Amino acid sequence: MASDKYVPTNKAVKWFEDRLPILGLIHSSVGAGYKAPRNLNYWWNFGSLAGFMLVVQIITGIVLVMHYTPNVDMAFRSVEHIMRDVNYGWLIRYAHANGAGFFFIVVYIHILRGMYFGSYKSPREVLWFLGLIIYLLMMATGFMGYVLPWGQMSFWGATVITNLFGAFDFYNGMGASILHLIWGGFSIDNPTLQRFFSLHYLLPFIIVGVVILHIWALHLPGSNNPLGIDAKGPGDKIPFHPYYTAKDAFGLSFFIVIFAAFIFYMPNILGEPDNYIKANRLVTPNHIVPEWYYLPFYTILKSIPDKLLGVIAMFASILIYFVLPWLDGSKIRSARFRPATAFFFWLFLADAIFLGYLGTKLPSATIIHIGGGVTALTLGRIGTFFYFAYFLIITPLVSRMETTRPVPTSIVQSVLDAKKEA
Amino acid sequence: MTTNDQIDHEGEVTRRNFLYIASGVVGTAGVVSAAWPLVDQLNPSADVLALSSVEVDMSTIPKGQTVTILWRGKPIFIRHRTAKEIARGISEDNDPMRDPAKDKDRAQKEEWLVMIGICTHLGCVPLDNTGFQTGEYGGWYCPCHGSQYDIAGRIRKGPAPRNLDLPPYTYLSDTTIKIG
Amino acid sequence: MLKNIKKIMVMTMAVSAIITAGIFTANASEGSGYEIKKHDWPHAGPFGKFDRAALQRGLQVYKEVCSSCHSLKMVAFRDLTDLGYSKAEVKAFAAEYEFPDGVDENGDEKTRPGKPFDYFPSPFASEQEARDSNNGALPPDFSLLGKSREHLSLFMPWTSIYGEDYIVGILTTYHEEAPEGFVVPDGLYFNETFPGNKIAMPPPLSDDLVEYADGTKATTEQMAEDVATFMYWAAEPKLEARKEMGFKVIIFMTILTIMLYFVNKSVWKKVKKGEDLV
Repeated sequence: MASDKYVPTNKAVKWFEDRLPILGLIHSSVGAGYKAPRNLNYWWNFGSLAGFMLVVQIITGIVLVMHYTPNVDMAFRSVEHIMRDVNYGWLIRYAHANGAGFFFIVVYIHILRGMYFGSYKSPREVLWFLGLIIYLLMMATGFMGYVLPWGQMSFWGATVITNLFGAFDFYNGMGASILHLIWGGFSIDNPTLQRFFSLHYLLPFIIVGVVILHIWALHLPGSNNPLGIDAKGPGDKIPFHPYYTAKDAFGLSFFIVIFAAFIFYMPNILGEPDNYIKANRLVTPNHIVPEWYYLPFYTILKSIPDKLLGVIAMFASILIYFVLPWLDGSKIRSARFRPATAFFFWLFLADAIFLGYLGTKLPSATIIHIGGGVTALTLGRIGTFFYFAYFLIITPLVSRMETTRPVPTSIVQSVLDAKKEA
Repeated sequence: MTTNDQIDHEGEVTRRNFLYIASGVVGTAGVVSAAWPLVDQLNPSADVLALSSVEVDMSTIPKGQTVTILWRGKPIFIRHRTAKEIARGISEDNDPMRDPAKDKDRAQKEEWLVMIGICTHLGCVPLDNTGFQTGEYGGWYCPCHGSQYDIAGRIRKGPAPRNLDLPPYTYLSDTTIKIG
Repeated sequence: MLKNIKKIMVMTMAVSAIITAGIFTANASEGSGYEIKKHDWPHAGPFGKFDRAALQRGLQVYKEVCSSCHSLKMVAFRDLTDLGYSKAEVKAFAAEYEFPDGVDENGDEKTRPGKPFDYFPSPFASEQEARDSNNGALPPDFSLLGKSREHLSLFMPWTSIYGEDYIVGILTTYHEEAPEGFVVPDGLYFNETFPGNKIAMPPPLSDDLVEYADGTKATTEQMAEDVATFMYWAAEPKLEARKEMGFKVIIFMTILTIMLYFVNKSVWKKVKKGEDLV
């Protein structure tokens, strides 16, 4: 990966650069010294959007902690103190709460981009792993963060999910011991809230560290591109600055318009109204629903009748992504040239959304009014089966058996061909 | 000789530069506007501001007594001075002191002395020395480093640089004041 | 191009299937079984503002009717300036209440008049006392009730239930007699809006229960709407500031986005056409 070196003209700047080459680092990682394929489309904006959301969450989070009290008697009230009395507290709180959701939207699209265009394939397997680790850390961070306001959903969502760990009961009493360890007591109470607060503050900085590794692992081979072919020749690549800095700035600005629309005009639409009720351990809400970004996995969990197997299936549904580079046996990266793969990809996405939708329903709820009525549970099982089939049956077979379309010889060639057609 | 092409190209460059600079300015304005709430949230919140002023009914304080109340987390000495104390304060107006002040400037109504009870040296709360015969000035004594204040709260001895500070206060009636 | 069309078709089919399924299940899953009437609220929508007269009337209903059982712990008297009252009026309002002020020389408890920084006092000293006075039921605090009873939908907005509509529904849909075959135990009342239809609160409103200071006729419907407005303000006092700022932010960011669109276009001009390759 050749990059043009940054040479400062100013003497003072050169003196500093000789001792700590920060500007050179910026130049060679996101500046004119870093080259990227010339044909990246807007699906490639979502990595920088994810980075932006991480910064937003950290900044708003640190500010919120200046006013929040992590104690069961004061947590709920302190959040309302932020909403009512702290200058712009309502804005910072809504930005952080909606920011979590938008962080996940952006990361899901980023992952889907990687799946469709084969960005997980050699030589980018470790880049893919690091991304999955970031995702797992995000899930943990989001889960603990949601407990902090100490509303009804905070408490009961935490109860349901932590209780899952009680499924690991390989000797008598093991499950209970694990739960008491996690809770710091015999139920979710102050010790639990305080440790979740500590870890919720810590994990984002671990995410930052993994993001740095993620970007490092990316910059060695460089970005993938929509054609999925290697960017080998000099014409295949262009400097990151100004082309992708401008494109990322435009994409970011547009994204903020949508983010702002939620914060200012529908700040509670992605949330649960029950969380505006203070946690009450004697009253269980009618409907315990996690935040939307956990819903597909919640459905998978509820699909398996056995508690332990359900937990294993839920974790397996995320861990299976680690094996994708080997399940997919195609020599071609991009689904643009793999029509069968593309078709199943869209079915997979529809299934994931469907599983998410089913997660909002009680398993016994009737979804289709035909015959005796088809329940959410039945549909969830079908969806779960398809989810795992996509990874374990469809992808291995289709990738090795499909007829692919001819792939362009080079990125430059595809640009020249498009020019000729125009 | 310039061709139309050249003029157009120059115009294009100027337009492009203007666009870049204008976008940069608007973008920077956006970042600064976004940063303001993050700074302003450090300022006192509405519930703290609500306690930023306190009303005191001094009618229950007998002559010769000092009452200490809290204002913005700080002790406030309110002394109902006797005629003898007021006379002493006035008589010492021209005595040599580090921070000269006239007694009439130390209290809006001479009967009621309202001061912030924090030693101007290093912040300890001075002790009431008004009733004791010891101490030369009949006012307040700071045990931390020995500063002594007189019956008008003026620094007379010891390391404190200023007289006891006066809080902002207004009279709402003859015996009620609002501090802050 | 064909690929894109195929993609969009599959996505549309999937999304329509979900929405259709949602429609079939949305109405059936509501706990009450009755439709909740929707009202046009002046504070709804992107440019909404609270009706100050309604807020003041709602405060009056809260004070004269609801506060005997329901607390409003998170609202301070000073917040009432939002309703259009002056600082002096708020001071006088607060002074009507008494708050504990320590003990006097004899050890008896002292009280002092309320100040603007005080919060609305609870009618009961503890949860247990509240339950004992209400047949075991706990009258919920009003501070967040407006937001905790709404059900908003992003993908099916016509099914959204606003907190204010729910509150008006609760207050105005009692039945004297329960419907045929429906058993309501003693101490409970039939209510169309309440999930399960059996509510512990007796109908709190009746026509002319309150004499409005501004002369508005105090029908049950009027009082219900006014107190619902007041309660939604109590739950979301920053609503107006939020929408005002939102307008400025969206306009600003839209302008910036348009400018950056042209910046991006200008930066990419040559490369897009492949001119740098030749």
